[in-house]
Amino acid sequence: MSSYSITEPSKRQKWVAGSLVIFYAVVTLMPLLWIIATGFKSPSDAIAYPPKVVFQPTLEGYVNLFTTRTRATPEMLVQAGEPKTWYDRIVRQYDMVIAGPSRYGERFLNSVIIGFGSTFFAIVLGTAAAYAFSRFRVPLKDDLLFFILSTRMMPPIAVAIPIFLMFRQLGLNDTHAGMILLYTAINLSLSIWLIHGFINEIPIEYEEAALLDGYTRFQAFYKVVLPQATTGIASTAIFCLIFAWNEYALAALLTSGTAQTAPPFIPTIIGTGGQDWPAVAAGATIFLLPVMIFTILLRKHLLRGITFGAVRK
Amino acid sequence: MAQIKIKNLRKDFGTFNAVKSSTFTIEDGEFFMLLGPSGCGKTTTLRMMAGLELPTSGEIYIDGEEVGQKPASKRDIAFVFQLFALYPHMNVGKNISYPLLSQGMPRDQVKKRVAEVAEILGITDILKRPVGGLSGGDRQRVALGRAIVREPKAFFMDEPLGALDAEFREHMSEELRALHNRMGATTVYVTHDQLEAMQMGDKIVVMNHGSVEQFGKPQEIYDWPATMFVANFLGSPSMNFLRFEGMLGTNKSSVEMNSIDFKIPTTLEGAKGKLALGIRPEHIKFSDKAQYRGEVLATEYLGTTQIVTLTTPNGDVKVRTDASGKIKTGEKIGLSFDPRTVTIFNAENGKALLSNANQGVFNRG
Repeated sequence: MSSYSITEPSKRQKWVAGSLVIFYAVVTLMPLLWIIATGFKSPSDAIAYPPKVVFQPTLEGYVNLFTTRTRATPEMLVQAGEPKTWYDRIVRQYDMVIAGPSRYGERFLNSVIIGFGSTFFAIVLGTAAAYAFSRFRVPLKDDLLFFILSTRMMPPIAVAIPIFLMFRQLGLNDTHAGMILLYTAINLSLSIWLIHGFINEIPIEYEEAALLDGYTRFQAFYKVVLPQATTGIASTAIFCLIFAWNEYALAALLTSGTAQTAPPFIPTIIGTGGQDWPAVAAGATIFLLPVMIFTILLRKHLLRGITFGAVRK
Repeated sequence: MAQIKIKNLRKDFGTFNAVKSSTFTIEDGEFFMLLGPSGCGKTTTLRMMAGLELPTSGEIYIDGEEVGQKPASKRDIAFVFQLFALYPHMNVGKNISYPLLSQGMPRDQVKKRVAEVAEILGITDILKRPVGGLSGGDRQRVALGRAIVREPKAFFMDEPLGALDAEFREHMSEELRALHNRMGATTVYVTHDQLEAMQMGDKIVVMNHGSVEQFGKPQEIYDWPATMFVANFLGSPSMNFLRFEGMLGTNKSSVEMNSIDFKIPTTLEGAKGKLALGIRPEHIKFSDKAQYRGEVLATEYLGTTQIVTLTTPNGDVKVRTDASGKIKTGEKIGLSFDPRTVTIFNAENGKALLSNANQGVFNRG
């Protein structure tokens, strides 16, 4: 007999909790797994009915994602000679030749620049503002904080038209700077509020001790407050990045060429040469990776960050 | 080391006046106590001296130099916080060495200093430990280590024993006092514990509602309180006040209360109206011959002594007396007061009347 404890859950409770977690994991992971699987299917397998769970994996989707192809006449195929690489071979099955790289690479790079760039600025500015709100006597502090939060209360798309007009006047349409500025502005309210909460939890005595130890205000902030706020900053950074990375509506409206991010680009794959679902799925899979990696890298902080302040140290 | 002078120091937080025109001097090497109830402005005063708050008006001199508007980092002062404020992301050794690194001291020298300080405080074996898991006493020692490592002009301590449990407090206060005797550094110590203040301090400032009530040596303040507040705040049980309406001229050596004459130290100041005769519990004797009588309400046994509470025509009185005497409640006992220890207060404004006994202690500016 194991000893009885009121805090340790019973075996049955553990079973129930475990099955619930597994059920939830299956429900949330299913679409993700389906997308990843579809990326490795052939176009006919992708739309097969009933849906295929077991299939012959192929890299067709990925090849189609990264290349543009043209249908070739038999003469052209003869002229082109034997396919030289594995991706050439895949394309030849359909009597096509690779005409050049697709724009997915550029769009993906745009997403990286704009997503991480805006996260960086939202965090730097947000931390500075949050520190000031937390430590200094700011006139109308509560009103200002509420105002900052209120910018979050409407859907960003509500201001899309004014922003579009403003951006056109300022020459920011379809530029990296414009998109970084926009996402930074949207994320700032979130980052200020979250980090403000975290900094409030850090006793002011630590800074005062550092001041008395002969450090300047900035050194005290940099060497004493920041290391203790990393948890909060890291989790806030994840939230900011996820927003900027996934944002579709404004990106679709404000970018078209040079600064277009991956989200508005991926659907355009559908339109060129039939509904190429494997290519779309491949694009989505690759698109998922950076945020996934970023989140895994910071997950230690994230977990601590979400539960922070729930239990008094 | 340093002499610290406070002149007409005042601090307002918006419309709230935290400190009203404080003036006192801390001599070089003194262990100086800032004593008062919570919210009396003692911590604010200390924080202004340290540079963590800027005074609204008034001056602070450290070694003759006016530092009132100087940032904390330029004052060369060490501060021990009530909750220690050890940097949680550094280990013990790093915490102690941190103030030295700000001065740009070479690493090997820092190491030597930290080792010395750790030796003094007996924490050499925990230098590599993170501060998170330390006991209260060890945290306290690390905080002290961080303060003394730099050899600053003065140490400021804000209720440093407040977070420790009672048993350890006593031990730590001895340790603190011993450390002070060894280093001889000017120390300013904030506390609300009158016992701690009297035990440890060379001098005490008693503050109330933002103003200085009295400052001087512990014994002087205890024996000759300048105000009824001080008389009440120091000592346990506190001074008895026998309240009466009357008149007192200058150069008198007795006062009439309830038609009985009581001998008092010769007055140098007169008053009329509501008065109070103040006397410490240990200066009242039971005497069958005494005219003034009280009825016993209760007794508290304290080991070597007992506290007897009596009701008199002028209010309740507590008497500290030998524990061996058998005293029953309801008993009527005569009370005689030691005339050399009596202070007469003007009960209207709470101030002690000047007499030839306390004039040496007061410096009423």
